[in-house]
Amino acid sequence: MENATLIKVNDLVVEYAADKKTVQAVNGVYFELRKGETLGLVGETGAGKTTIAKAILGILPDPPAKVRKGEIEFDGQDLLKLSGKKMSHIKGNEISMIFQDPMTALNPIMTVGKQISETIRLHNKMSKAEAGVEAVKMLELVGIPGERYNEYPHQFSGGMKQRVVIAMALACKPKLLLADEPTTALDVTIQAQVLDMMNNLKQELGTSVLLITHDLGVVAEMCDRVAIVYAGEIVEIGTAEDVFDRTAHPYTKGLFQSLPALESTEKRLKPIKGMMPDPTELKPGCKFYDRCPYASEECKAEGMRARDLGNGHLVLCKKTEEVM
Amino acid sequence: MARDAKSNKPKSQAIEIMKRLAKNKLAMLGLVVIVLMILVAVFAPWIAPYRFEEQNMEAVYLSPCKEHLLGTDKLGRDILSRLIYGARQSLRIGIFSVAIGAVLGTALGAVAGFYGGRTDNIIMRILDIYQSIPGMLLAIALAASLGPGVNNAIFAVGISTIPVYSRIIRASIMTVRDKEYIEAATAINASDFRIITRHVLPNSFAPLIVEITMNIGNSILMAATLSFIGLGAQPPSPEWGAMLSDGRNFMRDYGYLVIYPGICIMASVLSFNMLGDGLRDALDPRLKN
Repeated sequence: MENATLIKVNDLVVEYAADKKTVQAVNGVYFELRKGETLGLVGETGAGKTTIAKAILGILPDPPAKVRKGEIEFDGQDLLKLSGKKMSHIKGNEISMIFQDPMTALNPIMTVGKQISETIRLHNKMSKAEAGVEAVKMLELVGIPGERYNEYPHQFSGGMKQRVVIAMALACKPKLLLADEPTTALDVTIQAQVLDMMNNLKQELGTSVLLITHDLGVVAEMCDRVAIVYAGEIVEIGTAEDVFDRTAHPYTKGLFQSLPALESTEKRLKPIKGMMPDPTELKPGCKFYDRCPYASEECKAEGMRARDLGNGHLVLCKKTEEVM
Repeated sequence: MARDAKSNKPKSQAIEIMKRLAKNKLAMLGLVVIVLMILVAVFAPWIAPYRFEEQNMEAVYLSPCKEHLLGTDKLGRDILSRLIYGARQSLRIGIFSVAIGAVLGTALGAVAGFYGGRTDNIIMRILDIYQSIPGMLLAIALAASLGPGVNNAIFAVGISTIPVYSRIIRASIMTVRDKEYIEAATAINASDFRIITRHVLPNSFAPLIVEITMNIGNSILMAATLSFIGLGAQPPSPEWGAMLSDGRNFMRDYGYLVIYPGICIMASVLSFNMLGDGLRDALDPRLKN
C-alpha cells in the first residue's frame, strides 16, 4: 500500500449541453489510484462512471461534453492541460480503455491481429512484421492461439472477442487501464474467466486498473478499493473491506440490501425506492436526499463535505453515525 | 511462442464475396456481358471487320448482309465495326465519369458525415443547391460550357453525380461513426484521417460499391444522351449515343441504324445494373452462410 500515486483526480466537473439544459454528469469527483492498484467505480446506469473514464482519456465528445473544472494528475502532469501532442502520446500508450461491448468494439472488417498491431504501431516505431510478432504474443497472453491472428471478429465468440479487446488495450503495456464494464456483456462463466485473466495480467504487467461496473460481486473479486458513484458524485470511497463491512453511506447500504441473499429464499427484491435525480436540475445539498431513509432538513443544506472515517475511507453524508 | 503472423493467410474477403456472387445467375450474366464488352473494346482493331471511319460510298444504307453483318450507315460505314469501336468509348466514359464522381463525392461525404455539425451543414447545403439542378441539365450545361467532346462529357457527367455519392457515403458513415470500435480507435490515438480511411470508410463501402456499378450504366446512358444532342462524342468517333442520334432521321426506313446501338446501350446498362444488384447481396455480411 506504500506505492506511489499514479493518478489523482481532483474536483472534476463535466457537463453535457443538451438543447437549453445542461446535464451535470460529473460533479466534483475526486479519487486517487496508486500503482498496481485496482479501484472499482460502482454506480447505477447514468451515474457518470463512463464519463469519468472518458474524461481521463480525453475522448469525451466535445460538443456536447465539456470539462468545467478539475485536475487529472497523471504521473505528475495535469492531463486536462496537456497539449494535443503530449496527450496523444499517453492515449492508448500509457492509458488505455476496454469498452463495454466486445461485439461492437472491434472493427468487423479488419483481422483481429491487424487491429492489435495497429495499436502497437501507432505508438512504437516498428516494422509491420515486428508489430505482427508482438500482436501474436499479445494474443497468446490473453489465451488465444496465435494462429487466429488472421481471423475476423465475427469468427470469435463473445468471450474471445473481449479477450482480443483486452489484448488491444494492453498491447502497449499501459500504466493505467480503464475497464468500462468489461464483463457486463458476457455470461457468468466467461465473466469469471475474463476477470481471472485480467487479474493475472494486471499482476504480470503491474498495471493499475480503474474498473467501472455495477456488479458488486465483480468488485469484491477484483478491487482493492471501491468508489460508489451517485449522480455524478463519489458518495463513498475506501478499501473494499471498509466499504463492504463498514458501509457508511445510505446509498451504499441500499445497494447491498438490494442484492438477494443466497442463503434465504427471497420472494421480492428490495430495491432502493425512487429514481436517481434528474441530472439537468440537481439540487444543492445531498443528491440522495429524496430516497434516503435517514434524511432530515440539515441534509438539504449546501456545502456537502466528505468526511474521513480513517484509513482513506471517505463518505459524503451527514448521518454516517446513524447508518453505521 | 510467437509464430509467424503471415504463415496462415485466411481466405481473402474478395474471394468469399466472389463465391457468393457466383451463386447469383443474373449477376453472373451481367458480369459475362461486361467482360465480353471489355474484351471487345480492348481487341477492337482485331475483331472489327472494318475500320470505324472507313467509308464506302457505293454501299450506303445497306441492310444487314454477308459483307456487313449489321448493315451500313449513310456514309457506308460498317455498323458492326462502329459498335465494336464504340464499346471503347462507352466503357471509358462510364468508368472515368464514375471515378470522378465517386472519388470527389466520397471525400466530401466522408468529411461531412464524420465531423457532422457545422462542417456537415455547410457541405450538405452546398450539395443541396447543387442537387436542385436536375443532373441531366447540369451535365448539359457543363458540357455546353466546356465545349463538345468525349473528355468534357466525362467530366460533366462525373461532376453532376457527386451529390449522389456524397449522400450515400455520408448516410452510411453516420451509422458507423458512433460504433464502439471507432471510439476505441480514438482511444488508441489513431488520427482522424486514419480513422476515416481505415475504420470508417471500409465499413461503409458496401452501398457505395453497389452504387458505383449501377452508376456506370447510368453514366453510359447519360453520356449517350449528351452525344445524342451533340455535346458528347463528335463525328466520326463511334459513340453509341451519337450513332443513335445519327440514325434517328432515317429510323423509319432503316430501323437497324438505331436498333443496334440501342441494344448495345441497353445491354451494357442492364449488365452493370444486374452486377450491382448481385454485388449488393454478396457484400451484405448478414447473408453469409
